[in-house]
Amino acid sequence: MNLLWLILVPLLTSIAVLLVQKKQQVKWIALSGATFQLVLAFILLFVYKNEIASGNTDSFLFQQKYEWFPSWHISFHLGVDGISIAMILLTAFVVIAGVLVSWNTEKMTKEFYFMLMILSFGAYGFFLSLNLFVLFFFLEIAVIPKYLLIGIWGSGKKEYAANKLALMLMGASALVLVGMLGLYFSNSQRTFDLIELSQSEIPVYIQRICFPLLFVGFGVFTALFPFHTWVPDGHSSAPTAGSMFLAGISMKLGGYGCLRVAVYLMPIAAKEYANIIIVLSTIAILYGAFATMMQKDLKYMNAYSSISHVGFVLFGIGMLTQTAITGAVIQMVSHGVMTALFFAVIGMIYERTHTRQINEMGGLLKVMPFITTVFFIVGFCSLGLPGLSGFVAEVTVFMGGWEHPDFFHRFATVLACMSIVVTAVYILRAISKTAMGPIKESYLNLKDARWNEKLAAIILVTGILAIGIAPFWINDLIKPGAEIIMQKLSMPH
Amino acid sequence: MLNTTFIVLIPLLPLASFLIMGLFGKKYFKNASGIIATILLLASTILAIYIAYGYFFEYGKINGIYEKLIPLKYTWLQFSESLSIDMGVLLDPITCMMLVVITFISLMVHIYSLAYMKDEERFATYYSFLGLFTFSMLALVISSNIFQIYIFWELVGVSSFLLIGFYYDKPSAAAASKKAFIVTRFADLGFLIGILMLSFYSGTLDFNTLIERLTTAASPELQAALASSFMGVSALTWAMILVFIGAAGKSAMFPLQIWLPDAMEGPTPVSALIHAATMVVAGVFLVARLFPVYASSAQDALVLIAYVGAISALLAAMIACTQTDIKRVLAFSTISQIGYMMFALGVSKYGGENGLGYTASMFHLFTHAMFKALLFLCAGSVIHFIHSNEMKDMGGLRKILPVTHITFLIACLAIAGIPPFSGFFSKEEILLAAYQNNIVVYWIGLFTSGLTAFYMFRLYFAIFWNKEFSGMLHREYRVDGGFAMIFPLILLAIGTATAGFIPFGNFITSDGKILESKFHLQLSIIPVAFALIGIFIAMKLYKKQNDAPNKIAASIQGLYNAASNKFYFDEIYLFVTKKILFNLVAKPSAWFDKHIVDGLIDGTGNSAQFISKK
Repeated sequence: MNLLWLILVPLLTSIAVLLVQKKQQVKWIALSGATFQLVLAFILLFVYKNEIASGNTDSFLFQQKYEWFPSWHISFHLGVDGISIAMILLTAFVVIAGVLVSWNTEKMTKEFYFMLMILSFGAYGFFLSLNLFVLFFFLEIAVIPKYLLIGIWGSGKKEYAANKLALMLMGASALVLVGMLGLYFSNSQRTFDLIELSQSEIPVYIQRICFPLLFVGFGVFTALFPFHTWVPDGHSSAPTAGSMFLAGISMKLGGYGCLRVAVYLMPIAAKEYANIIIVLSTIAILYGAFATMMQKDLKYMNAYSSISHVGFVLFGIGMLTQTAITGAVIQMVSHGVMTALFFAVIGMIYERTHTRQINEMGGLLKVMPFITTVFFIVGFCSLGLPGLSGFVAEVTVFMGGWEHPDFFHRFATVLACMSIVVTAVYILRAISKTAMGPIKESYLNLKDARWNEKLAAIILVTGILAIGIAPFWINDLIKPGAEIIMQKLSMPH
Repeated sequence: MLNTTFIVLIPLLPLASFLIMGLFGKKYFKNASGIIATILLLASTILAIYIAYGYFFEYGKINGIYEKLIPLKYTWLQFSESLSIDMGVLLDPITCMMLVVITFISLMVHIYSLAYMKDEERFATYYSFLGLFTFSMLALVISSNIFQIYIFWELVGVSSFLLIGFYYDKPSAAAASKKAFIVTRFADLGFLIGILMLSFYSGTLDFNTLIERLTTAASPELQAALASSFMGVSALTWAMILVFIGAAGKSAMFPLQIWLPDAMEGPTPVSALIHAATMVVAGVFLVARLFPVYASSAQDALVLIAYVGAISALLAAMIACTQTDIKRVLAFSTISQIGYMMFALGVSKYGGENGLGYTASMFHLFTHAMFKALLFLCAGSVIHFIHSNEMKDMGGLRKILPVTHITFLIACLAIAGIPPFSGFFSKEEILLAAYQNNIVVYWIGLFTSGLTAFYMFRLYFAIFWNKEFSGMLHREYRVDGGFAMIFPLILLAIGTATAGFIPFGNFITSDGKILESKFHLQLSIIPVAFALIGIFIAMKLYKKQNDAPNKIAASIQGLYNAASNKFYFDEIYLFVTKKILFNLVAKPSAWFDKHIVDGLIDGTGNSAQFISKK
């Protein structure tokens, strides 16, 4: 399969969006583009599974390589494994849902959809790249539109939030860039190519310097404690689709980068720094959960809960066992779909009640059964109810963490497990305050979800259920990728 | 012949009911949804009885021992070579018994609700939730993998949450559903960590393999699990205690009982099904499932179970004597009776005659499901008629609700342990087992059986005798709420009256072999005597209106207040969660994040600006 399609479709869609004039046309072009992406993602999944079934054992499939800057040995190198396919599927799901929930955007519709499409262009490119320079290029493409999305279409303290987010992520990108250059100059071939780098021996002292740079750099995107503070303000000020993209896709760029670049290329340093990663992510998991308990605004609540949930991604990576890494990837996908849905639902509620304060709502189940039912489902997913994706991801991470027989890893795992109780507390509090209880008079004539909102919700709920009810497919999909990383980690040095 | 399709259909039919009613019920079926759900469940019940019959009388017994059959198993989530979550079916005597109990009680509740819930706007939703619960509970009892049981364990929890909060616009219902979920979630944390520990030591999540490895003295897994210890107790014992914490949460054992009384906010038929007959005994079921491990490798945990059970039985019975809301009396009585089942397991040993406690516990689970469901459904008819839960609004109802009256009386006699009703046989066996193994627990159980008789007959006399009924008969009054409500009462009453004659020792024993039941005349006379005294006191105090009860309450004021305030457990928990966790952990976390971490970032930005301006 030609992977260029996945990059070209969002790019062409964004150009097409700019060329037309009418709002109606813009929306439909964006939706067809998003649908096309989803179809392509499924084709990719199908073709990949077929290749694997027919006995292909290559680490990366469907590779394509075009010279870009030959003098610097930069080539446009694409390729996928199970992990990137999982991330691409996630992106396609979130993009189509994001397009659908923004259907009624009034302000600068054309520019808005253009930004969304550029963001998805960056995300697909990032997940497909096998060259660090190209990967970085796409990472930056995915950052800039966020600034504009929040600054123009946002709400609340939007300028502050946009600045904070852009500056922190730019700073993180700088770390990534320095780390990358370190790797580039440390190898004799002067290459940015991921596969060539993985085959070359990177000296231990270089690993010790570059690993923290790259891991922290990517980690900021994934709300690595204590660099997570862009998350609450950024998510809360962004427009609904912006929050969905930010939490659903952007945060996963970081997790993917940590795994694919930092851990995969520098296994020795990864082992050395693993305990620090575990400590920081355990703090994020618990501290994020406790901080969530105190939030009164639904969007802030979900933003803080995201800190806690993506903590599991870094926690799984830090555990460095195959099960835990698989769990971390499942958590990326699960959290991406779940949090996108969460923000979508919050957006729907806000659009109707004009408030996001938990204490001001109540009894919404009576007037909007569809929206509140989805709210229940996504809440249950967040607190790890079996049958929904969150459970599968968390349990896999726990089992992976428990594989280490020593006290430190066990204790960290037990602490991480405790978050399931705290999560239950804040989720149920939010549910019972918004959906249950007596309803306010002024809410009695609110309308339930429209077709576009229903469709968006159904698409994302399908994703949650597909992982939650039948986790074996995603487990099988991710396993080969995790195995390759494990091989690198278990190589004798 | 063993038909696997039929077994799988038993939980899948209620699941279908959940999906159909949940997705289309409101729009397309409306009032028909009750009938459709009931028919699906009837099919499920018939299949369950068929499977249980086949297991007990045809293929279950191999060489005189009831085997643990695993007719099917699929890998659901593979963690590593040896560890995986499987979705499978494990058939053994307790599974078969539970299948019958759950489907039968659920069917009764489905039928009863046709009348009880008929004016409800969310009628279809109600039946879809019942379907979800029945599915999860059935799937729980057939689980062949310890993680599979955890999955459905959580799902029954969420269906319980949905049904407690069914009247969602009542703030008390919303709060109660939240409380039930969070308290059991907290307990499940113990269960989860217990599973992680067990998976590590046994190297498997499969029940049969796990039990085999952890009970065979020579197995390296058991050696390792016993060798490592923490605070003088072996790692295996800790793991089993953690699992028991999960069980105690679900079964509302002290000190995790606080959610069950509040759960009575749900519709009464739901209380009958979930919070009396089935879900709350899941904890007992879990301990019974892992009983061989407890009995052979973690006896210390078993002693703990015995005392937790006994204390729960006693304290809950004391509280029940002081409650005035009839559903709450029944809720505490449920805790108390589950306490009996727990301590029966706790005093039991594995195999042969010493396994009497195990058999007795399962026997009591079975009879209790019958009479407690009956009590709740009777309470439902009373509440349906009076529109109040309070005892003071009742009295003299025996002529107006004749069927309810008779069936309630049968259930009271059964729970009080009066021969020949079913509760007598199971309770007598439990006390016999306790007498042989732990005399302290025996005396607690004996005293509690007197209390049980007292509070049940206090309830009976207060509802059906006491003052004369003075209210007006409503225009739509039908005797006992009509056929759909009477039919389940009668069926359950027949079950309650006769279930005691089932020779349980022939079917359900700790090791699968037949256990000859012995009858000890002296030992069975004593509990009956205690019960009769209890009934006699209740009759004196409550048959006619008088102020003797208040005088007695005043004379033991301290104890009475403590009991009627549920020994202040709610307040203690509130203190720990609100004052300690909320104020000392959550608030500082949020503050720290906003002011320190964020402040540092902002500070960096501001100082950069400041310097650049200079």
